[in-house]
Amino acid sequence: MTAPQAHSNEPTNDHDVTVGYSLSINGGTHPVQDAWIGESLLYVLRERLGLPGAKNACEQGECGSCSVVLDGTLVCSCLVLAADAVGSEIATIEGLSADGGLTDVQQAFLDAGAVQCGFCTTGLVMSVHDMLDTTPAPTDLERREAISGNLCRCTGYGRIFEAIDLVVTRRSGSPAGAS
Amino acid sequence: MSGVAFAYSRAADVADAVARGGAPGAAFVAGGTDLLQLWKAGRATPTELIDVYGLGLDGIGVDGDELSIGATARLSDVARHPFVVDQHPLIAEAVLASASGQIRNMATVGGNLLQRTRCPYFRTAGMACNKHRPGSGCGALDGEDRHAALFGAGSSCVATHPSDLAVALVALDATVEVSGARGVRRVGLSELYRLPGERPDVDTTLAAGELITRVLVPRAASIGRLATYVKVRDRASFEFALLSVAAVIRIDAGTIVHARLVCGGVAPAPWRLPAGEALLIGQKPERGVFTVAAAAAVEGAPPLPGNSFKVELLRRALVRTLTTIATGS
Ligand SMILES: Cc1cc2nc3c(=O)[nH]c(=O)nc-3n(C[C@H](O)[C@H](O)[C@H](O)COP(=O)(O)OP(=O)(O)OC[C@H]3O[C@@H](n4cnc5c(N)ncnc54)[C@H](O)[C@@H]3O)c2cc1C
Ligand code: SF4
Repeated sequence: MTAPQAHSNEPTNDHDVTVGYSLSINGGTHPVQDAWIGESLLYVLRERLGLPGAKNACEQGECGSCSVVLDGTLVCSCLVLAADAVGSEIATIEGLSADGGLTDVQQAFLDAGAVQCGFCTTGLVMSVHDMLDTTPAPTDLERREAISGNLCRCTGYGRIFEAIDLVVTRRSGSPAGAS
Repeated sequence: MSGVAFAYSRAADVADAVARGGAPGAAFVAGGTDLLQLWKAGRATPTELIDVYGLGLDGIGVDGDELSIGATARLSDVARHPFVVDQHPLIAEAVLASASGQIRNMATVGGNLLQRTRCPYFRTAGMACNKHRPGSGCGALDGEDRHAALFGAGSSCVATHPSDLAVALVALDATVEVSGARGVRRVGLSELYRLPGERPDVDTTLAAGELITRVLVPRAASIGRLATYVKVRDRASFEFALLSVAAVIRIDAGTIVHARLVCGGVAPAPWRLPAGEALLIGQKPERGVFTVAAAAAVEGAPPLPGNSFKVELLRRALVRTLTTIATGS
């Protein structure tokens, strides 16, 4: 938990006022200075904190490219006010792997060729991790539902399902696998 | 960043929210998934956001003879709550047919009931829309009307209400509890919504600053009670309803003794079909009966040029919904 700095979330009618606060991201504390209260978490991650892993595509919650985990649940960071995420634990794709290498999901996306233009990929990797955290052996329907909030307009999803297959198989074969 | 400037604060408690929520330009925000969308599109221009997400109104439990669902309960929590799944699986069905996992993790019950229409003219800056600005004209009536209403629309606005949850809740005779400057009151969910008439910009009967605190659903008279939700959409997942049907029937000694037929995506509010309901009562739960009731239910629905396909689609969806619950498949 990080405490907001002075005057951060106080009501004000002065629309020019900026705020300072700290966000807790991937286990570290990230101060944000002079931000406007209307900035989304996605914007602050990318433009202020140098964490561009969450992608900015539709900005309307419709494509899932900006998926991050907020207090344990997967959300679209474009529809979260950054100032409202003060006090929450935020996990982005930059923090998925403890050693900076690839997670098993990322490796499987590479192995299956599940990446074309790459714009949806980070969001999909977050969704697949999120699904497998709670559902280690997802059914076909569960897989489809779990990634239905992530739009991919290149792959037709076939390779992405292959990647999910790969992870599920590898994890069941080697329980100590990465991630 | 897009959108006009606003001030933001977290409400201290319900009294604080209600005291400040009625001020001009003030708006409650819960999950933000609808309000921030509209704000980014320049179609909502709040000057002060009052965050009610942290008010602790997210409990789900049994209160006397009712299932109580807090207004800030997240859709994902509602869909998997054991009380909901056991007593009113219809609610879980409708919620799981809504949006995506990411959105359901953010969206709240109160916000879902009060989300605004998906009419593209309403949601696009610069488009003529009486709901956005009364008197500016209706883009849909003059243009693309595939999504338009079959029932309850007026010459000012033909938009539909997009909530899936609300359709299920009306079929279950739910009410909402509301806190406002004049205290706490309860409103039947059907009475929460109003038709466009002369004021298409006003969707509900809530007074300025009134806060929904919870939804109350009569507990199921479980014996003989059957219900299901059928949503027809342009793609199989993560899409708003072209139309939807929530049906609840109760069968006693082989005869239908209670019926609710409510449809979504075809009116400014969840829309009950009383003519169809009446033709089910006292009948056996059989396909022939369902066909007659469904035909009567859609009779007289006045379509626009672009949405006339919805009349037949609705008739078929009604038959399918009733057949599904009667045969359990
Ligand atoms: C990509 C996408 C797809 C979607 N698909 C579907 C779908 O298929 N089916 C469906 O039903 N919905 C769908 N939705 C809509 C979604 O369910 C709603 O946006 C959500 O439920 C709104 O809840 P919220 O808490 O985010 O509301 P907010 O955006 O915070 O608020 C919405 C409105 O309600 C008011 N409000 C919120 N809480 C209260 C309260 N307690 N008392 C009084 N006023 C209140 C706010 O002032 C605002 O006017 C979709 C949304 C998105 C972004
Ligand atoms: S149907 Fe209603 S919401 Fe759509 S353009 Fe017309 S007035 Fe606006």
